[in-house]
Amino acid sequence: MLGTTLVLALRSIRRHLLRSFLTILGIVIGVAAVVTMVTLGNATTAAVQKQIASLGTNMLMVRPGQGFGRGGGGPRPADFKPEDVEAVAQQVAGVTAVAPQAQTSVTAIYNGRNWSTTINGTTDAYFEVQPWPLEEGRIFTQAEEDAGKAVCIIGSTVKTNLFASEDPIGKRFRAGDVSCDVIGLLTTKGSQGFGGDQDDVIIMPIKTVQRRFTGSTDIRMMLVGTDAAYDSEQVQASLTSLLRERRKVQPGQDNDFNIFDTKQISDTLTGTTTLLTSIVTAVAGISLVVGGIGIMNIMLVSVTERTREIGIRLAIGAVAREVLMQFLVEAVALSCLGGLIGLVIAQIAVAALAPVMRVDWVFYPGINFIAFAISAAIGVVFGYFPARRAAALNPIDALRHE
Amino acid sequence: MASTPAADPLISLRGVTKVYGTGATAFQALKGIDLDIVASDFVAVMGASGSGKSTTMNILGCLDVPTEGEYLFRGHHIELLDRDQRALLRRKYLGFVFQGFNLLSRTSALENVELPLLYRGEPRAERRDQAMAALDQVGLKDWWDHTPAELSGGQQQRVAIARAIVTQPDVLLADEPTGNLDSERSREIMELLTRLNEESGITVLMVTHEPDMAAFAHTIVNFKDGLVESIDASHRPGQRPEMH
Repeated sequence: MLGTTLVLALRSIRRHLLRSFLTILGIVIGVAAVVTMVTLGNATTAAVQKQIASLGTNMLMVRPGQGFGRGGGGPRPADFKPEDVEAVAQQVAGVTAVAPQAQTSVTAIYNGRNWSTTINGTTDAYFEVQPWPLEEGRIFTQAEEDAGKAVCIIGSTVKTNLFASEDPIGKRFRAGDVSCDVIGLLTTKGSQGFGGDQDDVIIMPIKTVQRRFTGSTDIRMMLVGTDAAYDSEQVQASLTSLLRERRKVQPGQDNDFNIFDTKQISDTLTGTTTLLTSIVTAVAGISLVVGGIGIMNIMLVSVTERTREIGIRLAIGAVAREVLMQFLVEAVALSCLGGLIGLVIAQIAVAALAPVMRVDWVFYPGINFIAFAISAAIGVVFGYFPARRAAALNPIDALRHE
Repeated sequence: MASTPAADPLISLRGVTKVYGTGATAFQALKGIDLDIVASDFVAVMGASGSGKSTTMNILGCLDVPTEGEYLFRGHHIELLDRDQRALLRRKYLGFVFQGFNLLSRTSALENVELPLLYRGEPRAERRDQAMAALDQVGLKDWWDHTPAELSGGQQQRVAIARAIVTQPDVLLADEPTGNLDSERSREIMELLTRLNEESGITVLMVTHEPDMAAFAHTIVNFKDGLVESIDASHRPGQRPEMH
């Protein structure tokens, strides 16, 4: 019974190829739009989460000032001192490591090539707090750190622009007025996301940077690694009270430093991208419904146009249910076909857009399945009314219909 | 059913009336029809427009039900059946041929002929074989893959006849089967119907207003103003001696 009906429906679709195509166009566009939006949205969320993860999870960023960046008027709050770093590392429970950071800009010169980049002075703790494996070479020794030797680990962007295809390990280049030995090369993190190109960096012992470049012991930022077993809120609370005490912030006064939890940032950004994805998907979903109405429209026209055909079928001995099923199956077959074409177009669109949006091409089976199921359901819902109308026709009148 | 004596009519109408509409606008198309048709007869139904012949054919074809009266097909009361039961009856026992051919457009002759078999749920291979056999019977075996648009009127009507007989029905109902054809093509169709009637014993009920076509039939029923005016069975082979 269903087999017969399917044969009839497919024959009918084949007989009216252009009309069938126009009928499903709405579904095709709707499914393609929904799947593309959801896939790209999910891929963007994943990319954001990956970027945050590359900053390091279980990490707090502590900076002087009250907001993200240094907004607001008044005198600039003081930078941290090396003693603050010591104190945080030793007195706050749940802290695994503290990496101080002192940054400055510099022009690096090697073999006639110039490259303007950022020097990030820190300690070995940096690599503990924020996992960033080395491509080759090694990190600093304690002796190098203590002595403030001019050794450095370079990011892949610096390597490319300064050393091209040469192996940089063991090479000496000039950073500003300082001669500097390359001891390590960082793996590539990728240039996307906020904060610019993370690979465009030279990492040196903080003492070297303070003595040879900045000329002060000020520390712009601390990266505080926390033990996953401890409650992040708790760690932040004890860190806050320690720093308030050390920086002599009076009770009732606002903190003159701020703490960012990377997990918090991750949650916020993920929430934002998820919301945007939902909104865009909802809009795309509307086009799916419009596509369904398109199917109903054409199916109704089709029933009128094919009244005589229905009359023939009834005269030959089709029962009402078979005519209903034929038109229903035809509508469902059409909408499923539209759904399939939409899915294919969505994959092509995602493959084309993913590189532009700098996200990974990912296939999410869930949304593809759901979109397809919805398109089939649309066929049932919007095909039923025209099908019932066809089945209710009187064979004699239908046969006389011109 | 198979044991029904040959003398019993295949079809009986008893006091059949048909009223269209209600109240003041009601129109009585049939005013009490009594008609018996025996198996394997070839009946021509004649009459002017509005005489009730088409209404009668619709009732005989189980497409419509009488307002009053009885319709017995093989001894069964058809007037009591519902819409779907009548559809199943048509599927099993009746074949239709129309004036306007009524083939599915953009559909090959083979697929058109297969259609009734599809509704019967025949398997694909058998569908094909039976449809080809029916096309062979009407002399269009080599035209199986042509669509109606690629066939002449006479050929289209022959495809329609093939579609009507492919299920080997008891009765073939033909409504002005030659109405859209020239005299040469008309004669061919009538010869085909005669041959089917004689060879397969299929009962043919044909509406026509052309005496030339009615002449092919064994029995001629004349309708006038919603009543059977006369029944001329003089051409019926078995009856001819008695009538003379």
